[in-house]
Amino acid sequence: MSYQVQQESGYAIVCLSGDVDLSCSPEARKTILASLSRGQHTLVDLSAVSYIDSSGVASLVEGFQTARRKSLRFGLIGVSAAALGVLELARLDKVFPIHATLAARLEADG
Amino acid sequence: MTAAIEVRDLVTHYGSRLILDHVALEVGSGEIMVIMGGSGSGKSTLLRHLLGLNRPTSGSIKLLGQDITTASAAEMHALRRNMGVSFQGGALFGSMSVLENVMLPLREHTELDEQTMAIMARMKLEVVSLGGLGHLLPSQLSGGMIKRAALARAIVMDPKLLFFDEPSAGLDPVVSAELDELILKLRDSMRMSIVVVTHELDSAFKIADRITVLDHGRILLTGTVAEVRNSSNQRVQDLLNRRPRQEEIDADAYLRRLTGG
Repeated sequence: MSYQVQQESGYAIVCLSGDVDLSCSPEARKTILASLSRGQHTLVDLSAVSYIDSSGVASLVEGFQTARRKSLRFGLIGVSAAALGVLELARLDKVFPIHATLAARLEADG
Repeated sequence: MTAAIEVRDLVTHYGSRLILDHVALEVGSGEIMVIMGGSGSGKSTLLRHLLGLNRPTSGSIKLLGQDITTASAAEMHALRRNMGVSFQGGALFGSMSVLENVMLPLREHTELDEQTMAIMARMKLEVVSLGGLGHLLPSQLSGGMIKRAALARAIVMDPKLLFFDEPSAGLDPVVSAELDELILKLRDSMRMSIVVVTHELDSAFKIADRITVLDHGRILLTGTVAEVRNSSNQRVQDLLNRRPRQEEIDADAYLRRLTGG
């Protein structure tokens, strides 16, 4: 897995890529929580994620919960089919705000 | 299709009694293989060998490319990170809550943050429709709930290989059908290779990509659901139609068994 964080349209966008599994999900978790601890609205871009396991999804869940506690906006963009299947298994596709692109998210924000 | 499991020429004994007789089997990546057979056919013994719980007399068993008949303890430990097992009776620890039971493999095999582990375990309880019940003790669960909790524990590490012993035994038809659906979802969403040991025909036909039929320690047939249904093998048809075995009786051997002579 690799990641980068970019600032755009009022969001910190955490772009994850490759396989997000047990070996690297702690790093993804740390990155997402660090962004939120700086008080930034945060989106996680999963478009380049080829596989995400439960530990990766748990990091997203923790990020979402932290954002809600801090009244920050949070969501997922570019969710690949592989990642969506994992989210659907636990019905988390109905929990996370999910949008195809940043533009779609911004439009939904109004 | 890459083989996730490759069994070659497996021979096993309990004492001097031959249990598995030159068994060969391949399970592809992302495939659901159902092992069927009557009582005493050797299917549970085959499962125990696939799990590395018994040492065979001869033959090889490769899981994800690793021969477990020659693997060291450290290699087996590493391999077990990629294996999930749901035992027939659940095998949950009675003194621990359901959540603690499900978290056990994570504690054993990872150093993840406590909160991450708890979320992963609760997610898997949601997957098996036990969301919010993690605080209960196994003694407070019904038979179907115990099976589902055991499955949650088996999949908490997102294993590449999932072994499921008699998922439907003792369950009502609705719960049994729900478990079948769940097994199919696990294959499709998590890309798991799954081995299910069962004697429930309906369940086998619903979930199997392929079926292996064992009888008296030998493989009668491995094939798709249609191939098994249409098999001309008499024993396969006896199993499918629940006909009792019509075996020739060796009078001398029978008398010796009865008289201990």
